[in-house]
Amino acid sequence: MTVVMKWLSTAAIPGLIILILIFGIARKVPVFDTFLEGAREGLETTVRILPVLVGIMFGIEILNKSGALDMIVLLLRPFANILKIPEEILPMAILRPISGGASLGLLSRQLQEYGPDSLIGRTLSVIMGSTETIFYTITVYYGAVGVKKTRYTLWVALIAGFAGLVSAVVICRVFP
Amino acid sequence: MLNYIWVGMIICGVLWGLITGRMDQVTEAVISSSEEGIKLSIVLAGVMCLWSGLMKIAQKGGLVNAITRVSRDIFRGLFTKIPDRHPAIGAIVLSFTANFLGLGNAATPLGIKAMESLQTLNDKKDTASDDMILFMVINASCLQFIPTNVIALRDAAGSQDAAGILPHVWISSLISTVAAIVLFFVFKRLEKGRKTA
Repeated sequence: MTVVMKWLSTAAIPGLIILILIFGIARKVPVFDTFLEGAREGLETTVRILPVLVGIMFGIEILNKSGALDMIVLLLRPFANILKIPEEILPMAILRPISGGASLGLLSRQLQEYGPDSLIGRTLSVIMGSTETIFYTITVYYGAVGVKKTRYTLWVALIAGFAGLVSAVVICRVFP
Repeated sequence: MLNYIWVGMIICGVLWGLITGRMDQVTEAVISSSEEGIKLSIVLAGVMCLWSGLMKIAQKGGLVNAITRVSRDIFRGLFTKIPDRHPAIGAIVLSFTANFLGLGNAATPLGIKAMESLQTLNDKKDTASDDMILFMVINASCLQFIPTNVIALRDAAGSQDAAGILPHVWISSLISTVAAIVLFFVFKRLEKGRKTA
């Protein structure tokens, strides 16, 4: 199982790239021009999120350097212990559903602190990769069509997100 | 929402620094944080360009459409109120595919298009329909094949095995997606039960 996972994780990215290029060439897409077109959009996106990242890093760093983050984690520790969740992932668990940019900034900080290949570093990466910005998505999508009563959407999304968080913790522990 | 959280973060930090006598560290954080923000953007810029470029080829070359066609039948069974051959199901699956491939830019407009399509089938325009809720909760727990941002950050932090977390991500997001679908049916039944009671 671990061997298969190892192979999949190394083959996934090159495999997908080859697949994309084969499809592109087969359909006679001007691949390089198309690539450049997309890459330019990617750069625009980066420029657009740069101010967000600066603003969010500002908040996180103040919270972190002042020791307030440690205090918040300390306050939440009893809940984490009951649910057997490592306390280091609590800030991420709170920030992830609210803001993609903020959780990305937090992940960058925490990976440097705990090391990307430590259990905590891996667990944080899996949480970031397998969960969504729930509040943002719900607000934007419903807002776009003018739906005000969202019924049980938020509950289902939050509980499912929590299930994803717990499974990320368990999976990282089982398959180191 | 983020407005309050952001202000809360800063006020909490400054007050706590004041109480614990760490004002100098807080001042230092003000300056160092802007640098961190820029560094983070540069780490992400390369992977964003590369991946957006590749995904543009995937869109124009038809890979996105191919995945959409294959997975359409799976989702048709879940969205019960959509009539046969209605464009809504195509819009929904296309949006899921965009999410799956990590097409950040394209995913949001496609998702909104799918919602608009579902809104035409909705009787009460200010209230979410069952199919809308299902679409939203699958979207909010969506399976992403390659979370490029995470891998880039892991690499920047000096990881020996930056992509090694991929299978973990797949299993974990599959579990949350299945949980979302199951919970949707549970909540739907609960709500129905309350109405008839």
